[in-house]
Order: sequence, then C-alpha cells, then structure tokens
Amino acid sequence: MGIDVPWPRPGTLRTAAALAGAGFRRWATYRQAMLAGAFTNTIFGFLRCSVMLAVAGGAGGVAAGYRGPQLVTYVWVGQGLLAVVQLWGWTELSDRVRTGDVQSDLLRPMHPVLTYLTADLGRAGFAMCTRFAAPLVVGALAFQLYVPHRLTTYPLALLSVLAATVVSFGVRYLVNLTAFWLLDIRGVLVAWMLCANVLTGLYFPLAFLPDWVQPILWYGTPFPSILQAPVDVLVERGSAAHQLSILAVQLGWAAAVLAASVLVQRRAERRLVVQGG
Amino acid sequence: MAEHPRATAYRALLVAQVRAQTQYRFSFWLDAVSSSVVSLLDIVAVLVLFRATPALGGFSVRQCLLIAALGNVAFSLADASVGNIDTMRQYIRTGRLDSMLLRPMGVLPQLVFGDFAPRRLGRVLQSCLVLAGTLIWIDPQWTVGRAVLVVAAPLAGAVIFASVFVAGSTVAFWFVESGEFANAFTYGGRDFTLYPISIYPGWFRKIFAYGLGFAFVAYYPALALLGVADPLGAPAALAWCSPLIAVPAVLAAALVWRVGVRHYRSTGS
Repeated sequence: MGIDVPWPRPGTLRTAAALAGAGFRRWATYRQAMLAGAFTNTIFGFLRCSVMLAVAGGAGGVAAGYRGPQLVTYVWVGQGLLAVVQLWGWTELSDRVRTGDVQSDLLRPMHPVLTYLTADLGRAGFAMCTRFAAPLVVGALAFQLYVPHRLTTYPLALLSVLAATVVSFGVRYLVNLTAFWLLDIRGVLVAWMLCANVLTGLYFPLAFLPDWVQPILWYGTPFPSILQAPVDVLVERGSAAHQLSILAVQLGWAAAVLAASVLVQRRAERRLVVQGG
Repeated sequence: MAEHPRATAYRALLVAQVRAQTQYRFSFWLDAVSSSVVSLLDIVAVLVLFRATPALGGFSVRQCLLIAALGNVAFSLADASVGNIDTMRQYIRTGRLDSMLLRPMGVLPQLVFGDFAPRRLGRVLQSCLVLAGTLIWIDPQWTVGRAVLVVAAPLAGAVIFASVFVAGSTVAFWFVESGEFANAFTYGGRDFTLYPISIYPGWFRKIFAYGLGFAFVAYYPALALLGVADPLGAPAALAWCSPLIAVPAVLAAALVWRVGVRHYRSTGS
C-alpha cells in the first residue's frame, strides 16, 4: 500500500485536476457558511483597519515603512487571505487518523500528500473567488486601498498567494500528522494557533517587531511565508528585487514543508494502527 | 417546589463536567495555560503597536493598556460563564437540541452548565492579573468611586458580552450553517473594546459602541479611572452607566432567545 515517491506518473495530472475541481465544488456547496465567514472577515477588516489607520496617524503617516493606504490593503488582503490559506481549523486528516478512515487514503494510487494538496488548492481557488474577493470589495468601497504601481506586482502576488497556500497546507498537514502519534492533537493545534495568529503577521505587520527578530522569523520559521509574504509583495514594500526575494523564501519553505510532509508521512504509516479494525 | 430539585440538577451537571474535563490532567492544564497565553496576546499586540507609534487615537500606551485590560477581564468573565454557547449550532445541526428540549430543564442553563469549560477560568485569572498590573503601573488617584468602578465596570461589561454571546448564538435557530457569523459580534466586540472608540469610523462606532453597548465595557470606565475627558465630547457621567446598559442588554438577549427557541423546528433526521 501507499506509493512512496509522489512524483507524477501517467494520468497523475488529470487526477490532480479532478481532485482540485472536486475541492472547489465541495466548498462551493457550503454557501451559508461562506457568506457568514465573509461577513465576519469584513467586520474584522473594519476593526483592524481602524486600528492600523490610528497607528499610521499617530506615527505621522508612515509606520514601520508602511503608509496609510498600504496598511489598509494589508488589513483587507490579510482578512481575505485568511480563508484562502485556511489558517484555522483544518483537522480533516487528524480526524481520519483517529477514526481509522485514513486507511482508505493510503490505498489510493496517488500519494496522500499530493491528494490532499490538490484538493486543498481547489478549495483555495474557490476561496479566492469568494472569501478573498468579498472583504476586498468592501474595503475598497469604504477605505482608500493601495493600488500596486508596477504591473509585474500582480503576477508576483498571485504566485506568492499560491506559494503561501502550499506552505500553509504543508504546516497544517504536519500538524495533522502528529495524530498518528498523539491521536488527540488539541495541544498541538493550540500551539499552531499561537504561531498562526502572531507569527504570520495577522495581528500586526511583522515589521512592527524589532529588527533582530525579522531574519529569525522569515528564514527560521515558515509562518511569515503564509500571510505576511503575499501581503508585502502586493503592497510593494521595497523594490522588485525585494519582492523576488520574498517569493524565493516562500518557495524554499514550500519545498521544505512538502518534503517534511512526505518524510513524516512515511514514518507515520509505519505507526498506523487502525482502531477497531 | 420546582426550584430546589432544579438547582440540584444544574449543580450535578456542572460538577460532572468539571470532573470529566479534569480527568485528562495533562491535556487540561495544557489547554488552560495555552488558551490564557493566546488571550494574553491581545494585550501584547497593543504593546507591539506602540512600537510603531507614540499614540493611538490620542491615547498613550498606559491609557490604551488600561482600556484593553478592562475589556479583557469583561470578555474573559463572559467567555468563561456562557462562551460555550457557541457550540449550540452543533447541537442544532446534529439535532441533539431536541433531546434537551424534552428534559424538564431550561435549554440555556443546560447548555451553560452542561458544557462548562473550567479551563477558561485560566483566562479569567490571567486577565485579572494583567488588570492589576496595569493599575499598579498607571497608579490612578484612588477614590472610593474609582475603586467601585474598577470592580463594577468589568462585571457590567461581562454581562453585556454574555448577552451578545446568547443573542448571537440564536442566529443558528434561523440559519443552521451560520458558522462564524456570531463571532463578528462576540470576538469582534472583544477586539472593539481593546482600543479607544475614537479610532473607529463614525457609523461603525455607532453600531458597536452604542448599538451593542461595547463603549460601556472598557472605554468610558477607563476614562473615569484616568480622569481624562472624552475626545468625542461625551459627558463624564457615562462612565457610571455600564450597569444601566447591562440591564436592557440582558432583557434583549432573553427576548431574542425566547423567540429563537419558539422558532426552532429541528433539522429533522
């Protein structure tokens, strides 16, 4: 069971596309929850945006290198991206480990990491069309958003969002994989929540933290790559070269967390005891 | 006649919950400690913002910290007592609420006592310590009035938050998949009370500060404790109105709850 190396084999691409499509359609059915989530993101957008504008106002227009409109965009894009990278509450895999359902994942001809990743990308695609777009539209109507000056920023930002989703998926997958050892992953989830809220740049832009912390966070942890990175690319904080270096860090982390997922998955499968089997 | 056995039943529910949850000792303490660390981050976030700016909406770091600390105590008290009501949407979705309606007890107390989470008390303790620390740091000129206010305001604020929790949970009676909708007002309300209300745009402030009463949780009481006039020009007496706001808030929440329960048609399964 289980195929160890997740490299494409004949038909993998078509399967992946089908899985991504299924992920998209599956999430498109939860319409009420989608609307409720977008509404909540919008309210938090107003709250955080007011705070950030007060910070910019108090700091004389520029706070840690961000101008007012850049901070406004930071808030609204951040609220939209929350659902795209699905920062909170993904326990699907760990639930399946606990119930034993995970065995059917292992029987499939595609590597589990790749299966879950493609389905997650489909979900993220749907979130981009709805959960990302809705708060951004409201933010644009109510506040003055920063509009990127360089045309190259748009494709770079899209790539950055894609990389952010992959990094977030990898970290969530690793968090869920701990269920093979722990079964109950509540403690790990709380630790992940802590990192997700603060170290990704959701609560405040990471540039507000002391300078010496920055390289440790960006190079030493995957968290800034999940939220702060795509936002910084989009609001053009720094030159085009800086944008590319952010993207490079993200791609590095995406590769690292996926590789770690595959490795840990291999170890985990040896631990698997299907309960009540 | 009916009163006494009911009280016994509620107490039995409560004790059973506490005992059940403290059985897994490691998990319990990990949860209690880490969830109070999570809520401490709200306060840390305020301090981080002041690294980037010397003032927020005309308020200094000490003044903002007092507002945040008061709001934090009020929220953690409400969260510990009725915060678990947001699990009600699962009860409705799965149809388990039906069995609650059949029992000779109120649904609301069943939910509150039957899902009581003692780990949330860690947050209450943490927020009280932060408030005490902040008060020592800013050292307001103590009067009897201010001493009463510093105790009464978080209690009244907790009642306001609790009303919002209960009223928000009833949305699930009408929209089963309402998900995070109520969070906009419960957790959103918490975020709102952490900062001076002068920073919010006009209509948004009117809804949250006055419509939902959140200005009376921390902002006005903090102004009175600090002896600062409201930059928005509200009379100083408003600081003492928190309990007066808490009463209609409870009545409104009770009304919405009753209407919601009557409206409940079960999900049918």
